[in-house]
Amino acid sequence: MQYYLLIPFLPLGAFFVNLLLGRRVVRGQAHWPSTLAVLGSLAVSVMVLLDVLEGRTLNEDLYRWILSGDFQVSVGFLIDQLTAVMLIVVTSVSFLVHVYSIGYMHGDPGYYRFYAYLSLFTFSMLMLVMANNFLQLYFGWEAVGLCSYLLIGFWYQKRSASDAGKKAFIVNRFGDFGFGLGVIMVFLTFGTLYYLPVFDNAGDLAARSINILGLEVNLITLIALLLFCGAVGKSAQIPLHVWLPDAMEGPTPVSALIHAATMVTAGVFMVARLNPLFSLSPAAMDVVALVGGVTALFAATIALVQNDIKRVIAYSTISQLGYMFMACGVGAFAAGIFHLYTHAYFKALLFLCAGSVMHAMGGEVDMQRMGGLRRYMPVTYVTMLIASLSISGLPGLAGFFSKDEILFRAYSAGGVGVVVWVLGTVSALLTAFYSFRLVFLTFHGGFRGTEEQRHHLHESPKVMTVPLMLLCAGAIAAGWVGIPPLLGGGGQFSEFLAPVLGHPEAEASHAEEWMTMGLSVLVAAGGVLLALLFYLRNPEIPVRLAERFRPLYSLLWNKYYVDELYDAVVVRPTIFVARNVIVGFTDGALIEGVVNGLPGLVGWLGARVRRIQDGLLQHYGAVMALGLFLIFAIALITLS
Amino acid sequence: MEINIQPLVPEIIMAVLALLLLLLELFVRRKETVGLLCIASVTVAAYYMPQSFGKAFGGMFISDGYSVFFKFLFFINLILTVLLSIRYIVIERVNHGEYYALMMLSTLGMMIMASAGDLIVLYLGLELMALSTYILAGFIRHDIRSNEAALKYFLLGAFSSAILLYGITMIYGRTGTTGIALIGAALAEGTVDPVLLLSVTALLVALGFKIALAPFHMWAPDAYEGAPTSVTAFMSVGPKAAGFAALGRVFLTGFGPLTGEWSVILIVLSVLTMAVGNILAIQQQNIKRMLAYSSVAHAGYAVIGVIAAGAEGLSSMMNYLFIYALMNIGAFAVVITLRSEGFQGESLHDYKGLSRTHPVAAAVMLVFMFSLTGIPPTAGFIGKFYIFKAAVAAGYAWLAVVAVVFSVISAFFYLRVVMYMYMHEPEGEPLTLSLSPAIGLALLITTVMVLIVGIYPSPFLAFARIAAG
Repeated sequence: MQYYLLIPFLPLGAFFVNLLLGRRVVRGQAHWPSTLAVLGSLAVSVMVLLDVLEGRTLNEDLYRWILSGDFQVSVGFLIDQLTAVMLIVVTSVSFLVHVYSIGYMHGDPGYYRFYAYLSLFTFSMLMLVMANNFLQLYFGWEAVGLCSYLLIGFWYQKRSASDAGKKAFIVNRFGDFGFGLGVIMVFLTFGTLYYLPVFDNAGDLAARSINILGLEVNLITLIALLLFCGAVGKSAQIPLHVWLPDAMEGPTPVSALIHAATMVTAGVFMVARLNPLFSLSPAAMDVVALVGGVTALFAATIALVQNDIKRVIAYSTISQLGYMFMACGVGAFAAGIFHLYTHAYFKALLFLCAGSVMHAMGGEVDMQRMGGLRRYMPVTYVTMLIASLSISGLPGLAGFFSKDEILFRAYSAGGVGVVVWVLGTVSALLTAFYSFRLVFLTFHGGFRGTEEQRHHLHESPKVMTVPLMLLCAGAIAAGWVGIPPLLGGGGQFSEFLAPVLGHPEAEASHAEEWMTMGLSVLVAAGGVLLALLFYLRNPEIPVRLAERFRPLYSLLWNKYYVDELYDAVVVRPTIFVARNVIVGFTDGALIEGVVNGLPGLVGWLGARVRRIQDGLLQHYGAVMALGLFLIFAIALITLS
Repeated sequence: MEINIQPLVPEIIMAVLALLLLLLELFVRRKETVGLLCIASVTVAAYYMPQSFGKAFGGMFISDGYSVFFKFLFFINLILTVLLSIRYIVIERVNHGEYYALMMLSTLGMMIMASAGDLIVLYLGLELMALSTYILAGFIRHDIRSNEAALKYFLLGAFSSAILLYGITMIYGRTGTTGIALIGAALAEGTVDPVLLLSVTALLVALGFKIALAPFHMWAPDAYEGAPTSVTAFMSVGPKAAGFAALGRVFLTGFGPLTGEWSVILIVLSVLTMAVGNILAIQQQNIKRMLAYSSVAHAGYAVIGVIAAGAEGLSSMMNYLFIYALMNIGAFAVVITLRSEGFQGESLHDYKGLSRTHPVAAAVMLVFMFSLTGIPPTAGFIGKFYIFKAAVAAGYAWLAVVAVVFSVISAFFYLRVVMYMYMHEPEGEPLTLSLSPAIGLALLITTVMVLIVGIYPSPFLAFARIAAG
């Protein structure tokens, strides 16, 4: 199975080609190396999937970089069922986004740079999902973070874009700090950074606790929660969700690939990959489930009132990621990964459709200035409609099966599960509502933009619409591999992943399964109908509601003032301290003093010592002889 | 007595071919051909190396993993510097064929040093190496600086040779033998006395002179600056590595029983060397002089491996020298490309804005400067990492800390070059680089190797570890 190495290294090669030759040689053809490379990765990923389907898995070190006692830094690959699924998700979405960008980014002055970053991102993400040890996971984790930063700020001339890039990076620092500590704790506890020995030995340590500042903390819980901090940052869960909506400053294909389908799901992947650790700590599992559930609802409420088309989808992403954590938190890791996989297709599709709309509207993102676009861009309309139906949970489409699976697993888990089931079901209603609010505002009714915009309205070129259609096929059919037995399917998806993620025990009856399913379909239909009523039949209703519930509306409109809160509590005090203490005292007096003083001292010393080096041979000889006698004298004195 | 010459075959080949080359040079019009023949000769010698394991002349000459590792290092040094020289000596108007023969003879001396199982053989190799190098240092006869360099190097070298002989006499008087292994056996029982200490000190000073340990380094900056740049690259690596090879063998085998005594002295010299090398390098405006002090400092790091002793310490030292050879010759290769007819290109200011005018050369120099500083993922990091690790394992954690501090100081002058290249605007006349396929090949090899060893060090580490036994 050595050929699996091609998967990450093809995109890495493309990155170097575009990096080194991009500006001079490749230029407008920069999409060729990158797209072909990721196509190759996709093909090899399919071969790997076939191998894994036949039961062949692999865990081996490619090479060791550094060995120091127990501490080993290696590049190693673990290829099992979970990896195979992730490989398919990452390479397929990445490939379609590469193709789409040929049209979307056409003529951009940084074209080669865009493709170089995209290839680097694909490489990093693949390294992340293929890792067989924590350190490589961490490497991939930080590398995708770097690519995210580079791509959010891709149009760096734009102040808001470079600010958004920095925000994403800094907010992730908070989560990654915990993640880094978690990795260190793993090494200290287990003496190794490889997944498998850690998983094998975790069971013996389940009861161990350590004392932190007088508090007895269960060791596994501590490790799991520290690692989860990283997931909260990367997957934009409360309270670190603030960076993702701003990340929409990046080019839309980037939002589809990095901020919807792949990178932001790394947190979910990590929790699922480390499920033997998480499963040992009920407390950590409850935290994961609750954070997911609360985030799902919280983000969905914000999405209700936003007018920026990309931000609505961004909040929708946060909300759907919440679902995935919900599933992981109740022990249904396979359901979480199932949703990750279906979500990748319909969410990437939503973003790319939004990009297509923006392309037609000359970069306009305000939905209040759109309307009636279905007449001008039928392909975009139909694909977006199907994506919205999928995310809302129309029976038969991808989103239905995965969301239903999560809700049922949550309900049947009992305890915290029931709480998050309620949160999830309410969110399902809101999801259907805001998704169709978006569709109706954008594609139905009359056009509300300027005359000039209307004049330019057009369907996007084939190179953009074909990826839309392919993703649309995914949004429809991706779920068919996981049709639950209740509906006559085989539930193959969770069966396939069972060797890695285990079997959740369903303790609920068929009647209850029918109940949760029926309820989620009902609320989804309710949400769609409500949107229909509000935005097509009776457009005054939302306006009147907004006036009637002014405080609630402005709370949602301002995203619960979280940004303002962080600004007041974290950002401004930090800047205050930075200005006055760090710059003023530490930097100004202390560091500058040392930095300027030390070279001064060293320089002074150097100038003195240098005088001995005067070029006179006699002096050199004298110094040598002196050295000889001094050494002899010292040796004689110390030894006798 | 049956004489087994098998272990000497590579040396014999080198000697014969070097002399043949000297002869052949008379009939060859294009001196570049001599350079290529020199490389071919080395390849022949290298080919016979793996079969050479064994001892000859009653243990006076030893060919083992340790010596073979160093010999390969000398070959790499020779091949790379020949590649650097081909165009350079034309520019310096000293395109004579004996240049290459001298380099081969010097390398032969190094090989004998690495294989010496007897102090007399060691002396023989050392003199052959040194005499050839003196001539090479003064090879640009019409340049007063080159003459000065050769003269200084020669006079101080003679001084150190005298000290070496003095030390050998003392140890012979004390133990009745000059065989390194026999000395070790003789010293295993018995007490330490002043005669023995004087002998240890003398050998330490003489070998310290060759590897440029402070305070016996003073010849280095003057000789390195004045010598032809290609010779500077050659002698900043080859004789230094040969000195280390001898130091490792003499002190770990011969003076093994006295480890407690000499390691104290060596620690003091190591710290002093790192201090002097790094601090004085900050002062330099001439890049050759800066690299001279830098090479003094690197000897200070490498000697930590000898102090740490044992297989781990030795292999870390050997590994370090291998990496040092690549990055140092690479850096000198860039310096050489800046030299063109009527332009010295030795001042740091000449590097201003190099990234604008010659981005590839600047990027390559960046790699070497990072590597010399010890920044991952370059080889320099790996070299330092294992040296420090050996020091910590041997119980010299504080020495590793001191070395790290000096590494930080060294970042100042290495990264200053990078700053000049990348953050300054080009000044004055636009530079023209003296490029040739040979020097391009040398740059390619060194750059790629510095990166490969940095990213994938295991095979090289394993080689050094096996060689160290």
